Amino acid sequence: MTTAAAAPVADVVRPRRSGGSRRSRVGAVPSKATGAIVLVVIGVLFAIPLIAMTWFTFQTVGTGAFTLAHWAAILDPAQASTYSDLFAGIGNSLILAVIVVVIIVALLLPAMLLAELRYPRVHRVLEFVCLIPITVPTIVLVVGFVPVYQVVQSVLGSDPWTLAFAIGVIVLPYAYRPIQANIGVTNLTTLTEAARSLGASWPVAVWRVVLPNLRRGLLSSCLLTVSVVLGEFTIANFLGQNTFQTALLLLQQTDPYVATICAVVALLFVFALLVLISTAGSIRRPRRKKS
Amino acid sequence: MTTTVRKSPARTTTVRAGSERAVPRGAGGSPLRRRSVGWLGFAPFGVYVLLFLAIPGLVAIASGFFSADGAFTLANFATLGDATILSNFANSLWLSAVSALISAVLGVLVCWALTAAKPDGFVRAVVDSASSVFAQFGGVMLAFAWIATLGTGQLVPVIIKALTGVDINASGSILYSVTGLLFPYVYFGLPLMVLSFMPAMDGLRPQWGEAVATLGGTRLHYWLRVGVPVLAPAFFGSLILLFANAFSSYATAAALISQGGIIPLAIKQQLTSETIVGVANTAGVLALGMVVVMAVLMTLYSALERRTRRWQR
Repeated sequence: MTTAAAAPVADVVRPRRSGGSRRSRVGAVPSKATGAIVLVVIGVLFAIPLIAMTWFTFQTVGTGAFTLAHWAAILDPAQASTYSDLFAGIGNSLILAVIVVVIIVALLLPAMLLAELRYPRVHRVLEFVCLIPITVPTIVLVVGFVPVYQVVQSVLGSDPWTLAFAIGVIVLPYAYRPIQANIGVTNLTTLTEAARSLGASWPVAVWRVVLPNLRRGLLSSCLLTVSVVLGEFTIANFLGQNTFQTALLLLQQTDPYVATICAVVALLFVFALLVLISTAGSIRRPRRKKS
Repeated sequence: MTTTVRKSPARTTTVRAGSERAVPRGAGGSPLRRRSVGWLGFAPFGVYVLLFLAIPGLVAIASGFFSADGAFTLANFATLGDATILSNFANSLWLSAVSALISAVLGVLVCWALTAAKPDGFVRAVVDSASSVFAQFGGVMLAFAWIATLGTGQLVPVIIKALTGVDINASGSILYSVTGLLFPYVYFGLPLMVLSFMPAMDGLRPQWGEAVATLGGTRLHYWLRVGVPVLAPAFFGSLILLFANAFSSYATAAALISQGGIIPLAIKQQLTSETIVGVANTAGVLALGMVVVMAVLMTLYSALERRTRRWQR
């Protein structure tokens, strides 16, 4: 068996990735054309609602004729007071995003590194805890948050930033997975052992060896966190706080055009941000040699 | 801070290729000094999780067991016999199942198509980013998009009527019904499938394809003997994840439907006004019902996840 298999190996291996882009057609990979067709068809289907939404913002009330009035309205200082709740909500959401990222980096990340490097048995517990917010839907947690926040608000006040603790919990699965995925493919134990055997202290090993290797996972974890916080609606809705999403829904009842404009802009903005950072991340990353 | 001499010299030779996956993870190989102090490192995270995850979770589930004046009771569970609540549960279940199935099948197709693109390339970056936006960020805003698409008098229903003669909004706008929720639910379900299934697809090593070809197998053989068996646990795991995500989703439905219809909306109704006579804390009972459904799903998911990971090492 082994000798029979050994002979053709050279034939199969030779054409593979000679120029980098040319791939042989074995295994799962579809041809470039097939792949492109599938992506274009589904991409077009997904674009339709976005196009319809954008088109909607250019329509005159009633007649449907083309107009720029709605876009002008949101930039008009004279009407700023109409949208003051919206702007306040956006501000609140941005503050929340910053606090939640701090929670993730200051609380979750150290626990994950500690589990990976020193207490491997805690892994299962940590993973279980971080996946609970998927198992227990936000809407269920909210039923518990309502009484808990009566206590929280009597201690910390009822400012919107206090929501960060609740949102931090529902962000856990999104924050955990990219970091853990990165840890899974990076042999951290070996790397830190190497660093330590070269004389690095634990803090130095973590700062100069572990964290740089987890850069990509951390980055996508933080980005996901930010996008989840900015898109968070359920908790703010139940606890009666004004955030971006709750403000949008309120505005939709009085001025659906401007609400839709904000939605289009927000969707495009977050999309552009994610594209920008993921492409920048991959350019910076040293090319891995697979040979 | 003393340096630690590693026990096996064979290990150190693999350090240069540290990012490769060839070496099994050396669990328990790290120096364990001051063991008891190290555990304290988990304290901040532990306290946080206790205060904002364990307590709210327990409160939510336990509240169903107490009457309005705080006495223990099982009477609240009469809620589950209420016809409206039962139909809400049924709606939630079929909406989640159908949307998850459609999203999963189409999502696999997208993942497969994506393997033709370069892993670090622009196409992958665009699809990944778009998927994140739809799956995790959309919520209320996706509801707006669908109102502008399928709402009464909008372009798409008009075009469909012109082409086929069928008016999808004949009996009120389709979007404001539970069936209509299928559109936005697939719209955020499919991207979630791409996000959760793509790592499994990437885990298919080119070497496996070469091995099959070397042994004289066709691509059909490859799919039947390697691809499908390896990907199946990941597929069903992702499918369960999609179901759970749809089942617990609230924002999109809340932006479209103001009355009840699915369980998350019913919980909101019950929290703001107790509508079932003689039953207290209905929201707590409904929350418990959701938890039971999710617990069953997640048990399945973790079993499948364990099988998947075997191939991703």
